[in-house]
Amino acid sequence: MKTYVPPKFMIIRDPARCIQCQICVNQCSFDANYYDIEDSEVRNRDENCVGCHRCMTFCPTRAITITKNPLEYRENYNWRSEDIEDIWKQAESGGVLLTGMGNDKGYPIYWDHLLLNASQVTNPSIDPLREPMELVTYLGKKPDRVRIDRDSFDLETELAPQVKLNLPVMFSAMSYGAVSLNVHKSLAQAATEMGILWNTGEGGLHHSLYKYGNNTIVQVASGRFGVHAQYLNVARVVEIKIGQGAKPGIGGHLPAEKVTAEVALTRMIPRGTDALSPAPQHDIYSIEDLAQLVYALKEATNYTKPISVKIAAVHNSAAIASGMVRAGADIIVLDGLRGATGAAPKVIRDNVGIPIELALASVDTRLRQEGIRNQASLVISGGIRNSGDVIKAIALGADAVNIGTAALIALGCHVCQQCHTGKCAWGICTSNLSLTKRINPEIGARRLSNLLRGWSLEIKDMLGGLGINALESLRGNRLHLRGVGLTDTEAEILGVRMAGS
Amino acid sequence: MKNIGKIHNPYNDDKVIDACSIFGMMDTSGKLFSGEGIIKAIANMHDRSNGLGGGFAIYGLYPEYADLYAFHIMYLNQSAHNQTECFLKTHFDVIQAEEIPTRPTESILNPPLMWRYFIEVGNHKPEDMSDDDYIVAKVMQINTILEDVFVFSSGKNMGVFKGVGYPEDIAAYFCLEQYRGYLWTAHGRFPTNTPGWWGGSHPFSILDWTVVHNGEISSYGINRRYLEQSGYQCTMQTDTEVVAYAVDLLVRRHGLPMELVAKILAPPFWDEIERQPERQRDLLKTIRQVYGSLLLNGPFTVIIAHHGEMIGLTDRIRLRPLAVGEKGDVLYLSSEESAIHLICSDLDRVWTPVGGELVIGKLGKSSRTGIKKVITGAIR
Repeated sequence: MKTYVPPKFMIIRDPARCIQCQICVNQCSFDANYYDIEDSEVRNRDENCVGCHRCMTFCPTRAITITKNPLEYRENYNWRSEDIEDIWKQAESGGVLLTGMGNDKGYPIYWDHLLLNASQVTNPSIDPLREPMELVTYLGKKPDRVRIDRDSFDLETELAPQVKLNLPVMFSAMSYGAVSLNVHKSLAQAATEMGILWNTGEGGLHHSLYKYGNNTIVQVASGRFGVHAQYLNVARVVEIKIGQGAKPGIGGHLPAEKVTAEVALTRMIPRGTDALSPAPQHDIYSIEDLAQLVYALKEATNYTKPISVKIAAVHNSAAIASGMVRAGADIIVLDGLRGATGAAPKVIRDNVGIPIELALASVDTRLRQEGIRNQASLVISGGIRNSGDVIKAIALGADAVNIGTAALIALGCHVCQQCHTGKCAWGICTSNLSLTKRINPEIGARRLSNLLRGWSLEIKDMLGGLGINALESLRGNRLHLRGVGLTDTEAEILGVRMAGS
Repeated sequence: MKNIGKIHNPYNDDKVIDACSIFGMMDTSGKLFSGEGIIKAIANMHDRSNGLGGGFAIYGLYPEYADLYAFHIMYLNQSAHNQTECFLKTHFDVIQAEEIPTRPTESILNPPLMWRYFIEVGNHKPEDMSDDDYIVAKVMQINTILEDVFVFSSGKNMGVFKGVGYPEDIAAYFCLEQYRGYLWTAHGRFPTNTPGWWGGSHPFSILDWTVVHNGEISSYGINRRYLEQSGYQCTMQTDTEVVAYAVDLLVRRHGLPMELVAKILAPPFWDEIERQPERQRDLLKTIRQVYGSLLLNGPFTVIIAHHGEMIGLTDRIRLRPLAVGEKGDVLYLSSEESAIHLICSDLDRVWTPVGGELVIGKLGKSSRTGIKKVITGAIR
């Protein structure tokens, strides 16, 4: 069938610069550049270009420019080009439209409507170049009070397992298969170097990465891929995945093309089969079922590890989170509207869930109202872009944040949203061995560590400006935030006052 | 319900911001002394306040009524006076009621009526409630519900005197040179966003606990939210209130010794904790993990007092000053060292504690022993 979908991008090659070296041809995994043997010339197939900039980045003579196809439809506020082309795609395929990465629509980004305070005159800002500045965070259940023996000062309270983070940022769950082993290695090495945690996602943990177990969160999802006793016990934290922000209400998808021998072995499934996780966990149809799984995992790990429960941020997050804490979760993870994925139905990614900022504020508030905020740590994710977003999340009440897309961008991701195709030209979201080798784990780990180092310095600068030298004094301290361009209701839910008040 | 926040924080800022002079003086042998010295000392730090608040706490004040709760109450008008006295008679046995003696003082404008009551709880309280808890509940009730009245002192054998004015003027107004006590604290206030309200001056007090405070706590927002989880209502919207409630929660309700409370309010840095021997490390780490939301961050110095103890503490990087002086059994704490030298020219020892270092004077121990215990490490 002739496709009506026009090319999204155009590849413009400057003939004066191009030396016909064919690097662009080799680099492009989407066949947008090809070598015409008859004419001995490099040519384009614009319709295949996804705008990932791989060819442009590696062109030795900088001969390539990628530009948007200037094609204009007649202006129509309702029928935008994306709506029209999506219909053509479905009319031609008859299927669910799949996509990758997070929601790219224009829903409000509340981080951009929140501003931080700084000290002036009445109290001094603290200079992180000259004074200690503490970002250490401990995740895990905290008791209401500490008991000690009044005479001997002996500690009578024994804490539930705690996990130390040197900075309040972790890597989001990204499964082996969705991303490559080299990406997992990069994440694991960087997490170990920086004293934080990375997360296996739901695809199991490759044997070669067991040595990073102390910095690893392992996931138990509805498909139970790769879950076995050693997997649970090698980890620092075990996470039950109920949902994710990119596709609340449905399970993970790994297309058969990405299930190579190693992926199959790690997931404990046949090679070349689709790995489709059930939408719910079939042993969790209610909150008391969650409590049973939480305690089953605590038993399996002999109460040595915090159990985390991850949900997508949805309408009743506050009530659900309260139930999760009461069900024994030591850590709860909220993944917001902008949380990304390796593959999701586009309509779900773009229309289901709520912004993480609102979910975070309402969950933190509710848990405090119920007097149980200390019983679980609160981790959020979904579209965190920079250290400003991180510190605002902390001030709204998060204990830590997860970054997924930001970490992949550090590795080279250009957010071209082709993760579901398995053709990632940057070698990240693919299991094609000729592409995965494009990520060198040593360099990848260095890029990730550098990013986190930069963010730590920035967070320390902002904290010092607030007159605060320990992160726990900002956590949930919403007086240090002010809103701009918010409605009264939004400000009330976020628990912040408007700038100027 | 009346809104004290509105009276005290009329512009509805995040909180009331103020800076101050503070002074404390304790004879650890329990010998009573007059207020002349401390009045002179706090007056010497006149420039640290701006006339919008001054006050004193005196311990060992009412030996003749030592077993009775002494309420100091301010009334804005006669009807509040009548209404409150009815309330007191209904809920307590009032043994003695009298107007607090004052002298006309040029700089003291529009003072409220000041009365004091010596009362017993008797059989007015529910059986399963302690006297102290009953007193706290009733004081909160008067202060948050009855109009134009404020209870600003409610301990036994101690009293708070405070108002709007420079501390030396407040002292003159209340004739404080005529009183005697074994422990005195004083405060001169420099608020920036309140017009000054008699009830909002320091010391803050509940039962026999008093707090005088100099600082602006950057962690106020989370300290307050944490305390609200434990049922405290921060009606005054000041840092000082947070300090007082934190101490009440940790000492009275959680039963922690002051040495540990200091390590919660001004904890050592994590890397310092990691360097401690195992036992200390576990203790310090646990309390910081559990009570992180009560870390008082940003500049502060407080003098906290109750019967038998005077406690000085600064924030962990000492962004507000505290000087300590010792002479025989007498322990001095002051914002400025000069104020101590002014009233005691031959100190045995004068020193500056490091950030977060607790200084305690305990009754019955010479001040030096009291302090030494802390220097050698609060955590044995």
